[in-house]
This record gives sequence, structure tokens and C-alpha cells, in this order.
Amino acid sequence: MKYLLMIYQNPATWQAMPESDKKAFMDEAGAIVDELTASGEWVGGEGLADPSTAASVRVRDGVPAVTDGPFAEAKEQVVGYCIVDCESRDRAIEIAIRWPDARRWGMEVRPILSPDGVEM
Amino acid sequence: MRTDAGTERLLRELAPQVLGAVVRRYGHFDAAEDAVQEALLAAATQWPVQGVPERPRGWLVTVASRRLTDQLRSDEARRRREAAAAMAEPPGPPGPAGAAPDGERASGQDDTLTLLFLCCHPELTPASQLALTLRAVGGLTTAEIARAFLVPESTMAQRISRAKQRIAATGARFAAPPAGEWAGRLRVVLHVLYLMFNEGYAATSGGETSRPELTAEAIRLTRAVRRLLPGDGEVAGLLALMLLTEARRPARCGPGGALVPLAEQDRTRWDQELIHEGLALVTGALTTAPLGAYQIEAAIAAVHAEAATAAGTDWPQILALYNLLERISPGPVVTLNRAVAVAMVRGPRPALDLLAALETDERMAGHHRLAAVRAHCHELAGDRGAAAGDYRAAARTATSLPERRYLEARAAQLAAAPGRARAAGTVGSP
Repeated sequence: MKYLLMIYQNPATWQAMPESDKKAFMDEAGAIVDELTASGEWVGGEGLADPSTAASVRVRDGVPAVTDGPFAEAKEQVVGYCIVDCESRDRAIEIAIRWPDARRWGMEVRPILSPDGVEM
Repeated sequence: MRTDAGTERLLRELAPQVLGAVVRRYGHFDAAEDAVQEALLAAATQWPVQGVPERPRGWLVTVASRRLTDQLRSDEARRRREAAAAMAEPPGPPGPAGAAPDGERASGQDDTLTLLFLCCHPELTPASQLALTLRAVGGLTTAEIARAFLVPESTMAQRISRAKQRIAATGARFAAPPAGEWAGRLRVVLHVLYLMFNEGYAATSGGETSRPELTAEAIRLTRAVRRLLPGDGEVAGLLALMLLTEARRPARCGPGGALVPLAEQDRTRWDQELIHEGLALVTGALTTAPLGAYQIEAAIAAVHAEAATAAGTDWPQILALYNLLERISPGPVVTLNRAVAVAMVRGPRPALDLLAALETDERMAGHHRLAAVRAHCHELAGDRGAAAGDYRAAARTATSLPERRYLEARAAQLAAAPGRARAAGTVGSP
């Protein structure tokens, strides 16, 4: 079963962090990606550019309204995502617990809807 | 592999036998598999032009062995650094009585079974067992397997390679499991085949065209196991269960891939040939072999298959079978299915009592099927409000798109036209 792991951060706090701390974060995450790749659970994932570069799009009565900035006004924003294919929800949560951002900000684990129907 | 259907069928049949023979002789599962793939490729291109050799299996073993020894020689230096000569050991004693070869059986067929045991090693996760079985025994390419599981090819390649490493690390030998482990290991093999079937069967409603081949592959491999162990009731039971379930496939999807529940399926579209074969198998197994869970599940599928209409279903018989199943193989999912039968035989109230007990089971609490069955019982009891609420709750927790759509539609029907809803279908598997 596939899960989306959304990585949340406060971009302002991240920016203020010393470079050595940022590097430690990235290395830690990189090691988890390597491990998930080796186990065959890694499907994909990327980091996102700063939320200030986002565009939010809404169409009302056929008229598109495009505003700069993320969809939700909040201190913490999605800054990256991973997709993993693993045995259980517990396993997906276990991966999220180990992700460094979880200690400082937070992670959200969401099952990805399967295109499949019920089993026999 | 692009080749004519006859050659392809022959190659798929021979692939695990050839791999088994090569691994048995030289060890090195990983390298042997590559060598066998190369040999199969050579055959696929040469045979249609030059004709199938007189002894195709021997041809493939020779070509694969040559490739393998070339390969091993060329990276001998690297190989020396690797400690694991895991599967290079000679084969152990033959399987125990009952499973033992009768002396007549071609050794290639025994190799297929041994290979299945190896791929379904208990140290592996089910996902890895499945992937490795499809690759090594089924002869599917990594790309085909990746497509079937909707993951990138690199993800699947890693999963397969990790599985092989794990097997090597356990020191498993290419030999039938020892007598004391035989039954337990066979259970794992059957479970993997069951999962393989399910993976494909569930997918057939999703509009994916590449995945139904998993059901065909599961049936083909289970048939192969049955040829090797014709006296085993559970092997027969599992094959019967697959055939009886597969028989309903043409009727279980409506327009746009919508799920059609069992009670509403057009039974004239069920595949009668598969039903007859499944019925004969399960009847034979139940009368000659010790009882097992797959046989009971197949017997339940058989009762559904024998009913010309949903209303004609012999629910008391199904309830009796679920009671039996719960005794020999208890679990929350069995209880949930039994609740459906209880509702049909004794009414919704006793079924709801049964479901209430399940809610405290943490393996089941919050599972969408529990809410769906509860909704069905409320519907039978005439409590439309509660039924709609439970269908909505079930839809929220379902992680399958067609199931979610089905449950939402059910909730909407109940909310929209009070007193005029169609007769409730069972929420049993479509």
C-alpha cells in the first residue's frame, strides 16, 4: 500500500538555522532515503521550493483567480514529500517518526487511494 | 519477450525448472537467474526461426549454465570477497513422505516446487515473497512486475534484489524444506499464491489492463503446485477458491469500473466452465483430504456459485461453513463475514451484536468493512438513517477508490429516496 509522507516545516525557522544543522538534517533524511531505496519501499519524493514561490489557483464561474503564496495561510508549510510503498500504516508512521523534520515540526502520513476494488 | 504464444507458454513453463536445475548445480541464485533470463531470451529469438530443440529443457540448462560459468569466472575476484556461498551447497534429502516424489516425476517439476519454497522463504516480507515468486517462478520481467504493483521499476528491482540477498543471508539451501517444516512452508507458499491472485483480482475493477494477468499467473502456478501435490486438500481448495472467484469476474464490474456487489451481479455472465472445474475440485478435496481453511472458503464460494439467483442463496449452509471456518481459522475478518451470513439467516439484530463485539478488536476497529457490514445490517433492519451514516463512515475510511465510490453511492441512495431503496445487496465480496 502506498503512502504520501508530507514534510512540514516553518520556512522562517529553517532559514535561521545554522548551515551545519541544515546539513545534519539533510544527511539524516538522505540516509533514510537510501535505506528505503535498498529495501524496495521508496517510490519517490522531492523537496519543494520556498512556499513564497507557490501559486494558488481557484476558478469561480469560469474565471481563474491566481494568487501568490500557498493554499493555506499557516506558519508551517509543506516543504517536501515522499511516497513509500510499505506493508502497513504502522510501517509508514514508523518512517515518518524517524524523519528529522518530525522532531522539530511535523509529518503527515496519508494513505494513497488505490485504484483497486475489494479483494476476494 | 516477443515470440509466438506456443513458444512463450513453453518457456514460461520451463523457466522455473531451468532456474531450479542451474541453482541446484551451481548455487548463486542471483547470477543464475540472470543467466537463465539470457538463455530464455536466446530461445525466444532462436526457436521460432530454427525450431524447438528436441530436448528444450536440456538446451536451456546448457545455455544458462554456460552463461553462468562464464559470468562466475569473469567476476571470480569480486566473488571471492563475498563470504556467502549460501546456496552453493549440494541439495539436502528429498521431501518427506506424502510430498515425496513418486520416482516417476520429472526432476524439473520438483525443482519448480523447491524454487517456490525458496522464493516464499519465511524470512521475507509478503511483498518480497510475491515479487520474487513472480520473477523466479513465474518468469515475469521486473518491468512487468513493477507495472502490476504500480511502482517504479527501480523500486521493484531493489525489492527483488534485497529479497535474494536476504535468502542468501539466511543460508537457505536449494532443497525441499525438512520434514518438520514442510507443512508450515507449504502454507506460506499457498498464502503467497493467494495474495498474488488477490492483487490481480482486486485490480480488475480499477480499469487497469496490465494487472489481471496476476490472477492468471496465480492460477497457473497453483495448477503447477497441484500437479506436484495432487493429494493435498488445501492446494486443491485454494485452486478451487481461485477458479470460483475468477468465474465471477465478468459480472463484478459495471460501467466505468463501478463495483457490482454479489447480490446484484448478472449471474448469466459467470464463467460456467470455471465454476464446474472449481466445484469438482472442492467436492473432491472435501471428501478425500483433511479439512482446511481454503477448502471451506472454496465451499462458501461454491454455494454462491450454485445459486441461480441471489435470493436462492443457501445462507444457512454458508453460515454453517463460516461457523466451521471460525473454529479452525479464527480471526476478525472471518467473524465479520460470518456476521453477514448471520444477518441473512437470523436477521440483522444478532448480526449487529456480533459486530459490536468486533469493535473492541483493535485489528478491526475503524476498518471500513466493519462500518460497511454494520450499514448493511441497519439497512436490513429498516433503519435508513443509521445505515446511511455507516455507509458514509465506511466510505471515509476506505482506501480503495472503487470501494469508496460504491459506499458513497449506497449512502446517497438511502438518503435520497426514503422507502424506495432497492433491495439491499450483501456486502460480501463482489
